[in-house]
Amino acid sequence: MSTILVIGGGIAGLTAAIEAAETGYDVIIVEKNPYLGGRVAQLRKYFPKLCPPYCGLEIFFKRIKSNPRVKILTMAEVESIEGSAGNFDVTIKINPRYVNDNCTACNECVEVCPVERPNDFNFGMDNTKAIYLPHEMAFPLKYVIDPEYCKKDECKACLSVCKYKAIDLNMEPQTMKVNVSSIVVATGWKPYDASNLDNLLPEHPDVITNMMMERLAAYNGPTKGKIVRPSDGKEIESVAFVQCAGSRDENHLPYCSAICCLATLKQATYIREQYPDAKVYIFYIDIRALGRYEDFFAKVQKDENVVLIKGKVAKIEEDEDGLIVTAEDTATGVKTRQKVDMVVLATGMQPSSSEYKVPGIEYDEYGFVVPKEGIVAAGVARKPADVASCNEDATGAALKAIQVVRGR
Amino acid sequence: MTEEEKVEKKLGVYICTGCDIDLLDIERLKKSVQDEFNVEAKTHPHLCGEEGVKIIKDDVANGVNTVVVAACSPRVNTDVFNFENCIVERANLREGVVWCQEINDETKEEVQLMAEDYVKMAIVKAQKSDLPEPYIEETSKDILVVGGGITGITAALEIAKAGYNAYLVEKEEKLGGWMAKYYKSLPSKPPYIEIEDPIVFKKIEEVENNDKIKVYTSTTIEEISGQPGMFDVKVNRNGNVEEFRVGAIVVATGWKPYEAEKLEELGYGKYEGVITNIEMEELAKNGKIVVNGKEVKSVAFIQCAGQRDENHLPYCSSVCCLVTLKQAKYVRMLNDAYAYIFYKDMRTLGLWEDFYKSAQEDEGIFLTKGDVKSIYEEDGKLVVEVENTLLGEPITVKVDLVVLATGMVSTIKGLYTVKEEFPDEKAVPYKHIVDLHPIKSEEEVEELAKKGHILNLQYRQGPELPTLRYGFPDSHYICFPYESRRLGIYAAGCVRAPMDAVACMDDAAGAALKAIQAVELVAQGMTTFPRTGDIDYPQFFLQRCTQCKRCTEECPFGALDEDEKGTPMPNPLRCRRCGICFGACPERIISFKQYSIDSATSMIKAIYVPPEEEEVPRIIIFACENDAYPALDMVAMNRMTYSPHVRVIPVRCLGSVNAVFIADAMSRGIDGVLMMGCKFGEDYQCHFIRGSELANRRMENIKETLDRLMIEAERVKIIEVEITDFDKLPKIINDFVEEIKELGFNPFKGF
Repeated sequence: MSTILVIGGGIAGLTAAIEAAETGYDVIIVEKNPYLGGRVAQLRKYFPKLCPPYCGLEIFFKRIKSNPRVKILTMAEVESIEGSAGNFDVTIKINPRYVNDNCTACNECVEVCPVERPNDFNFGMDNTKAIYLPHEMAFPLKYVIDPEYCKKDECKACLSVCKYKAIDLNMEPQTMKVNVSSIVVATGWKPYDASNLDNLLPEHPDVITNMMMERLAAYNGPTKGKIVRPSDGKEIESVAFVQCAGSRDENHLPYCSAICCLATLKQATYIREQYPDAKVYIFYIDIRALGRYEDFFAKVQKDENVVLIKGKVAKIEEDEDGLIVTAEDTATGVKTRQKVDMVVLATGMQPSSSEYKVPGIEYDEYGFVVPKEGIVAAGVARKPADVASCNEDATGAALKAIQVVRGR
Repeated sequence: MTEEEKVEKKLGVYICTGCDIDLLDIERLKKSVQDEFNVEAKTHPHLCGEEGVKIIKDDVANGVNTVVVAACSPRVNTDVFNFENCIVERANLREGVVWCQEINDETKEEVQLMAEDYVKMAIVKAQKSDLPEPYIEETSKDILVVGGGITGITAALEIAKAGYNAYLVEKEEKLGGWMAKYYKSLPSKPPYIEIEDPIVFKKIEEVENNDKIKVYTSTTIEEISGQPGMFDVKVNRNGNVEEFRVGAIVVATGWKPYEAEKLEELGYGKYEGVITNIEMEELAKNGKIVVNGKEVKSVAFIQCAGQRDENHLPYCSSVCCLVTLKQAKYVRMLNDAYAYIFYKDMRTLGLWEDFYKSAQEDEGIFLTKGDVKSIYEEDGKLVVEVENTLLGEPITVKVDLVVLATGMVSTIKGLYTVKEEFPDEKAVPYKHIVDLHPIKSEEEVEELAKKGHILNLQYRQGPELPTLRYGFPDSHYICFPYESRRLGIYAAGCVRAPMDAVACMDDAAGAALKAIQAVELVAQGMTTFPRTGDIDYPQFFLQRCTQCKRCTEECPFGALDEDEKGTPMPNPLRCRRCGICFGACPERIISFKQYSIDSATSMIKAIYVPPEEEEVPRIIIFACENDAYPALDMVAMNRMTYSPHVRVIPVRCLGSVNAVFIADAMSRGIDGVLMMGCKFGEDYQCHFIRGSELANRRMENIKETLDRLMIEAERVKIIEVEITDFDKLPKIINDFVEEIKELGFNPFKGF
């Protein structure tokens, strides 16, 4: 039976894979992280329902668990793609996890590991041990070792406590070759690097990105879900959101990242829920709450403590006990200087190809995938979009992949 | 299957002692299994490893067909503990006991009893379950596409390209829908800069040359009866009635414009030079844009006309910003005239930003944010007064033409869809429905029924797709956008949500996939989302039915029709196996092979209830599999602990909890019942739409039962749990245990 390859195990990749598998086709998911779920696993809630992403992910994982047609490769990357529609030869590199399938997730190893590493799941805002479980809902539920930090043979503390012979410090990268009929590229995105936005003081600890805010608000984040000012742990009295930080900008990302308006409105609700007296200032160019999302916008707007200012932020400066945001209010023409405890930069989405281009895939000037015969893109690999749109086009992508398998 | 045909059950019980489960008294656990079930439980320190699994596999090869694995959560190692043709039940001793319990000298005994109960409950459930047989009929794999606009046409082409037959039904004489009426369309592929000839014409040609697509124009649907795989469609083509059978349906009937007549305040209907964006397309098709015999030299576009407005359409139609930019380009290229665009926000999302930029760079197009104060005629020109602009002061422009960017309304809106959306005063409406749909009188309902229909489904609950807000079909639109409340029927394009043509084409492909998936699954007797692949369907012992109609009304998917007497007529292929009917039935005549009244009440009976003197309460927690049960597992993953006096029973949906479970539990001396399920209400989370809502409503009846038993109503509680609420659960559980202790022990203990 011909197989479909899905590159990327985030929400778009999961949707494309499971929808194709449930229609009766074999699918291989290649995911570079040790866990599936991609970026949405790092979100606290989805807009506009303010519901947890894990709810949907649980259903995806349940469907995968009961479907033998889906094969999952984590710690895996595509090294090359050769051939043509109906007959692609793909080389996949599997990076060593240093933990094998015997792992039962009992956590004994973590208790004895002497080394810490920055937790990339929380954007470096806290640490894990060198051996760790990416997060408690990680699927596959297996631990992983970070080779950059692990002391390997000098230590071996984890080996000594693991009852299940699950740790193999000598694991080597492996290469495997598969032959597939069609490919869905769902490699997603990475947050635009805020350090490029010099005028917005991105290096300051109290100037964070919208993704970091999601982690702050999450129970499995660095502060157990309490949103506080990173530099000193102060409770929030005022926060400024800077929209289009690095998007709709010739010097950075020329396109609109599609989600940041709604993400900011959603995050405004996080703040308002924790701090009934806090003030939220949103500096925007256009509020893009399309379709039924307008309801959500209308609801958040009704909150008197949420202030919307149409104006591009010119600069952010440090003050003795806070930050000052300078912007020109385009409605009144008046320059505003707003003092706040913390600033959230609504940075955009840059397709993952900006970091790693899969050999054999064609990309356009922005880094989005150019589809060709037998190769289709889904999710943000295709265009900036919210979760609902990613799921929609991933479903369509599954169909296009199936059409190639069926040879029409 | 008759009693004689039933396969004899040979039980095997396997206990893993890894992952701290050996903190329990394993020998005592084995003894309790031996004493009660006469089976020797086998143990292994790493049951999920190769060696451990081999023990089970060898037994299965030797005839064991009922396997109980007492180890980690059923959510983990699902593929490992999976044995063909066997009933497999899991007792959660890891996340369910040793990882969520404080184990010390004081608690040891209670924790041990907890483990013993879970193993016994799993065995009893396994014993009372049977392997299901699928409901197999000869089904069609053809697909009906309703609506021949860009969405329907694309869906039909995608379906054909995948190798399936499509019936494309269009009520107008010609295919093409709205797009065929446009002068030009938005760019259909990157770079999104140049407007182009509508792509729909090319696609119509493709459809007409495709032998897998049967086109019916000038055709309406008379009625559709049956179920997925066997939808019997009756159509009327120009007076001739034809019938055919399909397996699934894609609804792509698109949109209708918001009635501009309601926008008098913007001058529509008052002045000839005030038109809608749709009327603008017709004008543009004539070559030069001419109004009142004059070539237009300036045009003002008013965005969000009758939208984002509580008095008209509260939502945003998503495309009008793009359409106006397109039409501003018409003004420039056809008339070399000037265009003003007054907007609230320019919503050119994602890569459409390039299209916006190309308009911004055109000197003949002037854009500003602003609120239109008034529009009136003066000296043959239309005067538009705008305030709150970006210029810091109000503007007044005098133009030849004003175009109102009016919005899109789903073609389902205004139709009589399902009974519950039009409840009469006698019915008790569901909260999330009554918030959206005000109660109608019987006359209003009759009027609505006359307004026409799209599908005219012969479903007892109503003829159309149930809607969520604003007439758009109901679904979990973030994660699972195509799943409607009618299995096998999928909506795509603007009937589902306002979207641009590119998005419509993408949507068509998505709905086409779902339709194909549905026909493939139901051909095997399997259900679709979320219990995809499940072949176990509810069976009805109709002899004892009292025609109370609870099941037929409460089924969220309309799976049950009714005969004249009110007896349910099940349609298994419409069913998503949620068990809500099972939970509703007061006579308890419905059951699944792997979930029955007997299996559930036996599990409750298997719980050891200590006598009152021991002063130890027993509380049952019914936890929904989708959110609450995973949240409980997460509590354990974080090594947070809660009371050992509780017994968690996972259920597929809180709606599948039958009141008899609670009555039985109470009469056995269980002190309290806590039901944990998904959020209900407008932004509901329940994956079966209203399972938890119904469970909540049924509490009223349950309280009555408790009153008759002279048991305090507070002993039964229902709470909404999100999957990320695990940090709150220990307190919620422990608080409930305390509340029960305050109430005192169940007087039925020891009876």
